[in-house]
Amino acid sequence: MSGSTDAVDRPALSGRPASELTVEAARSGELGFDDTRVHPETLLHQAEVAERHANPQLAENLRRAAEMTRLDDDEVLALYEALRPHRRTPDELTQLAASLEERGLVRCAALVAEAAAVYARRGLAR
Amino acid sequence: MSAERVGRLRFMDAQRVNLDGFATEDVELGLVAFASPFDPEPGLEVEGGRVVVLDGVPEADFDALDEFIARHGIDLEVAAEAMGLTDLALARLVVDPSVPRAEVVRLAAGTTPAKLARVLALLRPAELVLAMTKLRARRTPSNQAHVTNRLDDPLLLAADAAMAAAYGFREIETTVPVLADAPSNALACLIGSAAGAPGVLIQCSVEEALELQLGMRGLTSYAETISLYGTEQVFVDGDDTPWSKAFLTSAYASRGMKMRVSSGGGAEALMAGAERKSMFYLEARCVALARAIGAQGVQNGGIDAASVAGSVPRGVRSLMAENVMVMARNLESCSGNDALMSESDMRRTSRTLPIVLAGSDFAFSGFGFIQRYDNMFGPSNFNAEDLDDYLIMQRDWGIDGGLSTVDDDRVASVRRQGAEACRAVYRHLGLADFTDQQVERAVDAAGSKDLGETDTLAVLSAARAISDTGLGVLDVVAALAETGFGEEAERVLALARARLSGDYLQTAAIFDESMGVLSLVTDPNDYAGPGTGYEPGPERQLRIDAVRQARSVEDRRAEQAGQASDLLAPLGPAEPGQDPRDVVIGVSPAVGRQIFVTLSGQPVLDVLAELLAGLEEEGCTGRVVRFNDTVDLGRIGLAAARLSGSGIGIGLQGKGTALIHRRDLPPLANLELYSTAPVVTPALYRLLGANAGRHAKGATPDPARNPYTDEAIEARYHTTVIALVALERRCVDPGLGPEELSLEGVR
Repeated sequence: MSGSTDAVDRPALSGRPASELTVEAARSGELGFDDTRVHPETLLHQAEVAERHANPQLAENLRRAAEMTRLDDDEVLALYEALRPHRRTPDELTQLAASLEERGLVRCAALVAEAAAVYARRGLAR
Repeated sequence: MSAERVGRLRFMDAQRVNLDGFATEDVELGLVAFASPFDPEPGLEVEGGRVVVLDGVPEADFDALDEFIARHGIDLEVAAEAMGLTDLALARLVVDPSVPRAEVVRLAAGTTPAKLARVLALLRPAELVLAMTKLRARRTPSNQAHVTNRLDDPLLLAADAAMAAAYGFREIETTVPVLADAPSNALACLIGSAAGAPGVLIQCSVEEALELQLGMRGLTSYAETISLYGTEQVFVDGDDTPWSKAFLTSAYASRGMKMRVSSGGGAEALMAGAERKSMFYLEARCVALARAIGAQGVQNGGIDAASVAGSVPRGVRSLMAENVMVMARNLESCSGNDALMSESDMRRTSRTLPIVLAGSDFAFSGFGFIQRYDNMFGPSNFNAEDLDDYLIMQRDWGIDGGLSTVDDDRVASVRRQGAEACRAVYRHLGLADFTDQQVERAVDAAGSKDLGETDTLAVLSAARAISDTGLGVLDVVAALAETGFGEEAERVLALARARLSGDYLQTAAIFDESMGVLSLVTDPNDYAGPGTGYEPGPERQLRIDAVRQARSVEDRRAEQAGQASDLLAPLGPAEPGQDPRDVVIGVSPAVGRQIFVTLSGQPVLDVLAELLAGLEEEGCTGRVVRFNDTVDLGRIGLAAARLSGSGIGIGLQGKGTALIHRRDLPPLANLELYSTAPVVTPALYRLLGANAGRHAKGATPDPARNPYTDEAIEARYHTTVIALVALERRCVDPGLGPEELSLEGVR
């Protein structure tokens, strides 16, 4: 049984190939944080794999995740906070969705837009 | 008039199972396992590709959970087919080994929560075992450990994580009694696990946002305490919605981290929010939601509320059915068993065993690798106290519960390696300085109570430094390498590198010890009946079988040889006695050759001394003769009697079984027999000698009673008996007549 779904030397978010992630490189200080972060293309590839293995929802999650690689950690945490109950008005959520869409994060935007509508109907907005 | 309860009832009351709480079913409170009259009828109506009625609720009335499940969780292409099958027909497909897992998964994707709950409620216990065997995602079963301690002591965490990794746990989950210590605990477990084995995933279970931060920095590599609940009210009380959880799920994936969600029957009842629904139906909503938000797996099976489910009829069964439901929805199951659900050892074993027999992606969502008192999640259903039991249960049933025995030297060396590596990194990064004595104590400790005085403020300040400096996985790798822990550095870096390939984001992914990914994708479960599916390979089976308690005949021979004595030397052929007070003590062939200590631990020489002293008390003379042609005690005793001047003989096997015989009796008859050799005391041997003397004189013996014990004496000694009898057999020499043995040095 083979451990990997493919033999590609996938690059980190920084573009550096995984094979260059060595102890020596870490020791010499030449690696940065983005050298340990997953690349969106990799997540899109894994989404296809999930799709082929009868889990389109996992695939959708991975595609959303691919978009979110473009957000820094603080922004990810802030968006999560915004989606928690009673944090934002429906309008604020709708605007948030629009701004995400503008930046090309269309799947994330769709999720937030859907939340805006449901939160308004179910009293989960601020 | 109220009579006092009879003694038998008072006795029953005192048994440990009666410390557990048992509830009568109460629908109003949600205290019902499988079917509440208020659970909805399963149903699905679709118009123009849109769900308009879900389990009896029209879309205008959808709550947040209905809405998310209806929009994202149901495969509408198979829904009509799946919902059209009767509950029984679907249940049979779930169990039937000739129906492939993929077909069950395909159909389950089209079912509503209420439908799948109805279907799986039909499975009886043995059918649940079969369904789990077939439906779990990953072919190779695995296990997860809890590693925590009351003090958040990093050296002890590292030593325990190292040992857990060496035993085979592929995930380690830690948490904190003091929230601010979390970064230090994550780091200590990461370093420790790397000292034990490659590829162990680390989790630090804390508040959602902090947990995500630790993961983003690479100090942890997965998360599982992203809680889902089965009613909108309880969900929102948990300060989340299905959309915030869906976002969080993607957030983890966006940083290359594995994650699963957490739910479990009884949680809503515990929070007074079950809305008169059964635990299993509410859990069915959680599992449907888990799939809908795109999580790769679910930790369920009661979890924190396992004892709530366990308190009602069929509750324990429902816990296992929850795990099967996760598998049917094509998700990884991390199968609970992580909360001590009973004070009774039998009951908690009964709750866990079927899952271990069937094999799960993770049999425990936290086997407590530390002692109960050190488990900061609360005691798990199995803990450090039960580790040997678990290893032996694997061996008993020939199954792989994910663990195998580690030899004593390696336990010591990995604990030391973990603690030393942890100290080195903390010192190198300026987090804390630990003394040699602290390392020694952590290596040796069976729990945090063995650590003596520790400086908990040092942990807190280390944790703060980790947070403030933004320390990440690359700093840890560099520190390990700089301080001479090159192998650990490689292993930690390998986990960071694995994030780049994303393969461990797939369902049920773990790493094997060569950093190969085992998942639904790379290692799919192919069970289709006997002879298929996972079976430990020969090498793996040997490791499971080789528990450290097992002994061979050769081991027993060596143990006996360690107690060898050159007394009892043969003097020459034994002659018939003429003196009417002569009593022969016949011993078995291995006595004085290979067997020197009886089952009770008394040297054979001491036993002979007692027998001789007893004879002497009655004015008789004993001699010791070894009979070399048989291992049968009756025949030895009879032969001894026939050689005695008195016609009375004593037979003694090396293991300590003894009897009195008379020359005119058939071999299998005897006058007195001590059959329970392990518990025969010196005083009883002396009494046997005295009674033999009384028989010889024609006086009345004082009957000896076999000592009684309620211990599992057969379990304890039968294997030794078999080995000692084998040693006796090796010494049998049919050509060698009875030999008189020297008594010099015996008294």
